[in-house]
Amino acid sequence: MADLSINFSGIRSPNPFWLASAPPTNSGAQIHRAFENGWGGAVWKTIGAPVLNVSNRYGAWRYGNEKMLAINNVELISDRPIEVNLREISEVKRAWPDRAVVVSAMVESKPVAWHDVIRRIQDTGADGIELNYGCPHGMSERGMGSAVGQVPEYCEQITRWVMEVAKIPVIVKLTPNISDIVMPARAAVAAGANALSLINTVNSIIGVDLETLEITPSIGGRGGHGGYAGPAVKPIALNMLAALGRDSIVRGSGLPISGMGGISTWRDAAEFLLLGASSLQICTAVMHYGFRVVEDLCDGLSNWMDEKGFATIPQVVGRSLHHVTDFKDFDLSFKAIARIDQDKCIRCDLCYVACNDSAHQCIDLFDKHGIASPPTAYDQSSNGKVEAISTRPTVVVREEDCVGCRLCFNVCPVENCIHMLPVPSGRPSVTWEELTQKQPEVAEDWKQMERYRQKMGIRIH
Amino acid sequence: MCFDAPCTHACPTHIDIPKFIKKISTGNLLGSARTILESNLLGATCARVCPVQELCEGACVLGSEHKPIAIGRLQRHAMDYLKGKKIAIFHPANSTGKKVAVVGAGPAGLSCAGELAKLGHSVTLYEKRELGGGLSTYGIIVLREPIEVALTEVAMIQRLGVRIEIGKEIGIDPTLADLQENFHAVFISIGLGHTRALKIPGEEYVQDGLEYIERSKLKPSQLHVGRNVVVIGAGNTAIDCATIARRLGAERVTMIYRRTENEMTAYPHEYDFVKREGVTFWFLVQPTRVHHENGEVKALECVRMTLGDPDSSGRPFPKPVPGATMLLPADQIVKAIGQNKTSLVSTLNLKTEAGFIHINSDFETSSPGIFAGGDCIRARGSASTVMAVQDGKLAARSIHQRLVNHG
Repeated sequence: MADLSINFSGIRSPNPFWLASAPPTNSGAQIHRAFENGWGGAVWKTIGAPVLNVSNRYGAWRYGNEKMLAINNVELISDRPIEVNLREISEVKRAWPDRAVVVSAMVESKPVAWHDVIRRIQDTGADGIELNYGCPHGMSERGMGSAVGQVPEYCEQITRWVMEVAKIPVIVKLTPNISDIVMPARAAVAAGANALSLINTVNSIIGVDLETLEITPSIGGRGGHGGYAGPAVKPIALNMLAALGRDSIVRGSGLPISGMGGISTWRDAAEFLLLGASSLQICTAVMHYGFRVVEDLCDGLSNWMDEKGFATIPQVVGRSLHHVTDFKDFDLSFKAIARIDQDKCIRCDLCYVACNDSAHQCIDLFDKHGIASPPTAYDQSSNGKVEAISTRPTVVVREEDCVGCRLCFNVCPVENCIHMLPVPSGRPSVTWEELTQKQPEVAEDWKQMERYRQKMGIRIH
Repeated sequence: MCFDAPCTHACPTHIDIPKFIKKISTGNLLGSARTILESNLLGATCARVCPVQELCEGACVLGSEHKPIAIGRLQRHAMDYLKGKKIAIFHPANSTGKKVAVVGAGPAGLSCAGELAKLGHSVTLYEKRELGGGLSTYGIIVLREPIEVALTEVAMIQRLGVRIEIGKEIGIDPTLADLQENFHAVFISIGLGHTRALKIPGEEYVQDGLEYIERSKLKPSQLHVGRNVVVIGAGNTAIDCATIARRLGAERVTMIYRRTENEMTAYPHEYDFVKREGVTFWFLVQPTRVHHENGEVKALECVRMTLGDPDSSGRPFPKPVPGATMLLPADQIVKAIGQNKTSLVSTLNLKTEAGFIHINSDFETSSPGIFAGGDCIRARGSASTVMAVQDGKLAARSIHQRLVNHG
């Protein structure tokens, strides 16, 4: 059995799964129940400046059968009095000494306000502090949240104020609503933060009601941008996580990163670990299905680690980072083609239409005599299941024309029916960087490029 | 959502099924219903009565590994959107000045009349009965299709400008010659005739299956259902009769068939359905006499059968086992052993094929300008509503071609 415990910049927890600072961590009673369910830690819903909330604060993006592919919220930080929160934090920590209790904070951008809140949090016995520089709605209008996270200088300044009084680990939480995630991370490093976490929610409007023409959800006829989270944001989070892992300053600082953004299953969790996260935070999956999701997060991750021969979480962290590169470092000689397993194919023809309309027109339909036939080639007077099934055309990739774009693979509804088969290209391995250093003219002149292509036997289809 | 889907091929009217399902998923129910009606004006009836297991759903690419998409129910959902809305889905084209007579307001006739009206032709539809809709109105049990569904379709065809003349039987008034004289083209869709005769003593005490169904729909208070009902036959109509009897209170319903379950003409899913209704089957028995006392049915005398060599239908021919007779107690006997070809066909003076009206690939009969479709031409293949709808549609195209090209 793999050891799932972590030591995240001195914050210990029996597994890497922490509840993110969000509605599930609004009260001590909730966090007690979460810990009873097996959560390794919890980041208390942000405490700080006084606020008032509104109704209809969560919107969701339904897509297909997925009721909450993403959730959008305009809920503010904790609206419970700060004294109540602080009392419950100390109670929870006393009751659960082995779990990570981290407190998220956000106050006005004044040194005294930050000094005060950090000291009060430390008095509870909490294990760490997370600085909320991320909320994109409401608080940002008051100069807090993403208003800080979007300006690296503010990040650095406030983190310095915090570090002046901090005695427990300080995590700086980054907003994704920025053009380069590396900049605020470097600012946090420069200010002496102990760790980073990302991503906070993405700015979004969930939709427009086609009956009332109001924004969804409608807050008394009005609506606006909120923070977007859930499965739909996972690819964005992974990219930002990898960007930090590949930055020499951030990586060189050795600061651990707590990863979040759409983690719903142990598979998602493993991907975040592989790209450099060493603790994991989760919110939307819990908001959808409850605290019980932690059981399979731990069980599935543990089984996968056993299967892969990973004994501890640190052995997994960052293991895939070296596979992440820029386009210029990809091998231009690598070639793959699509191959359809005719025994698995259900003849839905989705690959055909995708290839024909949107890709490179290299999938053909063949009738049972092996003759290429256009769609709907059947006789209009024929009908019935036997006729329809027995005359259904076969989809075949014209391999010499396949560029290996992988669109058919992505649209195929059958698992393992279309394979992307690596094939020898007959060309020596070369990257764009290497090529253009040796032959800069191919990047500047189409004639030179065509000459190069002819020489190398590269066909464009 | 398949491209060029096999369900669309399997559907005799080739409804663009992926298109109408996609429209349901986007909440465009009007567009979905229109997509269905563009290929099949009787989409509401077909959604309820089509043997989807043999057609669209049977061809679904998900069928082999999973359950097929519930195409029939989705079609019903889309069509139900139009219920009570009186939305004009189609508008007749500019008048062509051509007149077409359609005889018989069943599915083939309604389909043909509607398609011709859409193309701008002036259509008169003759129907000998009180209500239009044919078997959709009179012959499909309420459980499958309430009568309003069929009548709504008749009304939709009328809104397209089709005139319906009720109580007009071809051959009497008007005659075919009248129609030929007064119209540029004629389409005949007169269906089939009465249920075949059993030719056994006491047959007058046996109820006709189609009349049994009709009464259950139109005059349910006048339908007497026995406590111990025997249904003769094992086709889909026989199953409908057994279902009615069971659901209206019969304690025991027994279906008898002279061959075995391997030869029965009912669809496998209908057979499964009626068994779950609690109907029992006796195979390899043939009725020989109805026992009755004081005008009341007492029992059906049957003889045990055995299967012999294949007959002209390709199925083994059943032969009686000498002396193996039995008495099946019953207080009501219903026969549903297939319909005769309508005797009208012979009076129309058209070329026939095994008693059905002969047509060419354009649905034209031996008499130029007279077209035909539906059950009255179905010499081969199984007769069904959706096949009749397609006949009407294709015949309308041929008629249109003829009228437009030949001035």
